[in-house]
Amino acid sequence: MIVEAAVSFFLVVGSFFLLVGAVGLARLPDFLMRLHAPTKASTLGIGGLLLASLVWFATHGLPGVKELLVTLFMFLTAPVSANLLGKAALHLRLKSRAPLPPPAPGADPDA
Amino acid sequence: MIATALAVSFVFVAIALAITFWRLLRGPDAPDRILALDTLYINAAAIAVLAGIALDTPLYFEAALAIALMGFVGTVALAKFLLRGDVVD
Amino acid sequence: MTRLFPYPILSAALFAAWLALARTLEPAHLALAAALATGIPLVARRLFEPPHAIRSPAAAVRLTVVVLYDVIVANLIVARLVLGPMDRLRPAFVTVPLDATHPYAVSLLAAIITTTPGTVSVDVRLAERAILVHALDCADPAGLAAAIKSRYERPLMEIFG
Repeated sequence: MIVEAAVSFFLVVGSFFLLVGAVGLARLPDFLMRLHAPTKASTLGIGGLLLASLVWFATHGLPGVKELLVTLFMFLTAPVSANLLGKAALHLRLKSRAPLPPPAPGADPDA
Repeated sequence: MIATALAVSFVFVAIALAITFWRLLRGPDAPDRILALDTLYINAAAIAVLAGIALDTPLYFEAALAIALMGFVGTVALAKFLLRGDVVD
Repeated sequence: MTRLFPYPILSAALFAAWLALARTLEPAHLALAAALATGIPLVARRLFEPPHAIRSPAAAVRLTVVVLYDVIVANLIVARLVLGPMDRLRPAFVTVPLDATHPYAVSLLAAIITTTPGTVSVDVRLAERAILVHALDCADPAGLAAAIKSRYERPLMEIFG
């Protein structure tokens, strides 16, 4: 019973945050603002679903921590791709509601 | 209770997939499309995890893992390409 | 020992990750995990910064708890912002000056800024010793920079010394 409640809770919360990430991706007005929604809400969302899966299979004869590994992987990789995409947006001087800062003097995009 | 929660989750993630796909088609710029693709990868992995629970098989989990890995590598390669005009340097 | 395992924590993590992914403790998998835990860091070490000791494990645990808490609470705030009216958002670029110098501390700080909602670190400018941050809704850029420095950067400097 408690297990069922926990799995259901993580499922609904996780998928809700995935939905929030997608809605943000659609609604926010410029690219750098859109970058906020999927990198965080979606990461937390998939984390919730993986937790649900962890609890479900742990109580159905397949204990393991694989899901935690994937959650960790998601949390490690999301900032990296967000940072690269943000840098690319600055590099291309995309339209932005916040005034764009000047490019770094002698900027090396690899730094 | 889990059946209801699963149904709700499937609906949420399906809507998320549809919205993200709309962003992928609409753009307007290359980074937008890459970001949408990255989000599609995450949502596809989520569908795989949900299917694993719904069908009570751990097989789908491996698929979710592979999708997550490929999604990250693809996003990094595409972002690098925008930054340098080249993937490997 | 240090020559065989230049990154002991990475080796231990690889060993544990392989066994967890295989969901087994069979001797063959133990051997394979040990081989991977030894081989991967040796092959990949040219890509990494030199190893660096964690000076204060207590600070590391405390920072982990703070970040996990912030991720959850601030995600709720971002959910409200995303679902609310768009024209009320005040996006801004904030330059956070850095005191931390160690590459591990700087890259971890950039990752933490991105993971805690409301802020994305867009550009790490090592030459200017600053991180360029984009905030989704920020009325007080100076306050945000100060908050990031006191909440995340100071513990990181404690950890990496």
